[in-house]
Amino acid sequence: MKDIDAIAALQDPVRRRLYEYVAAQGREVGRNEAAEAAGVARTLAAHHLDKLVQAGLLESGSRRLTGRSGPGAGRPAKVYTRARAERSVSLPARDYRTAAELLAEAAEEVGLDAVLCASARRRGEALRGSAAPCGGLAEAMEVLAARGYEPHLEGGKDVQDAEGEAAARVVRMRNCPFHAVAERFPPLVCGMNLALLEGLLGADGPVRARMDARPGECCVVVEASKNKND
Amino acid sequence: MTASPHATHHLAQLNVATLRHPLDDPRTAPFVEMLDPVNAAADAAPGFVWRLVEEGAGDATGLRPAGERVIVNLSVWETQEALWDFAYRSGHLEVMRQRRDWFERHVEAHLVLWWVPAGHLPTVGESLERLAELRAHGPSPRAFTFTSSYTAGEAAPHLRPA
Repeated sequence: MKDIDAIAALQDPVRRRLYEYVAAQGREVGRNEAAEAAGVARTLAAHHLDKLVQAGLLESGSRRLTGRSGPGAGRPAKVYTRARAERSVSLPARDYRTAAELLAEAAEEVGLDAVLCASARRRGEALRGSAAPCGGLAEAMEVLAARGYEPHLEGGKDVQDAEGEAAARVVRMRNCPFHAVAERFPPLVCGMNLALLEGLLGADGPVRARMDARPGECCVVVEASKNKND
Repeated sequence: MTASPHATHHLAQLNVATLRHPLDDPRTAPFVEMLDPVNAAADAAPGFVWRLVEEGAGDATGLRPAGERVIVNLSVWETQEALWDFAYRSGHLEVMRQRRDWFERHVEAHLVLWWVPAGHLPTVGESLERLAELRAHGPSPRAFTFTSSYTAGEAAPHLRPA
């Protein structure tokens, strides 16, 4: 399916709510759960979820959601996750990705990391548009969500680390807005991303950005500035 | 051993880095501080098989087979994905991010990948030959990079050293 057709599949408001809900969970979502979240009946949700799979926006699989197995565990349920493929439409046609890749390739070849990071930090500061640094994790999550990072909180009182201490709360991000270029030039582009976020959150404020790369997520985490490393 | 192709072939990688300042120079200290934790993370990473270490040391930074100021990193991984995830999706990325502070920019290729039969531990000599092949002829099934990679199947006829 062409990108424009896939995106057009989201015009239906129920379908769009279902897509946004599944995408935001970062895990497999069953039909019942998705129906409840979108406030529609299960059969309607199932219909639209399958349309989203046909459009290539979601992927489906099957899993026993109860955790039971063997006789009496019931049929496996259909579950949905967001498809990894990128979709974009630009009218008139634009190709910023090729431009970004070529510029990144040149920057990598010449070793422009420091200059790129300085630009990114300045851009982050300009985007913040305020002299004061970001006020806390909740505000940071709003700012990051607005830029497409899909932030979510991890850790806190309920989560313990290996020593049984409460793990510090950090904001992790499911989406890398620079994914395609970051995959090709990771140190360069991830360094740029970190500098951009440092600028966006502001220096010496209550929160700070730090690199903590993990497979499948943005390479940066945001946390309270006061911790044992300070 | 499973029937998976990864059980018969492993991915070897060599990268070389020219130090801007000696390892005991204060300007290189942040890099040296990260060596032990990052190497420990490599040893514990999914898909890690082996890495070169100097006898009696925790790493290979004391070996200088490619030049007095050139440190080498030679390792073997089960798959290319495992190596990529370690290199760019672990604490190692933070080292990579700051590479320009400690290492000179390389005009030629500084990283080479090639498939080896599982169980084979590449020597420094053979890994430098692969790097020389990549530099001389560009990517091939015998010597390639992340962006120009070959599967173990494609490389199978080329597994033996030249």
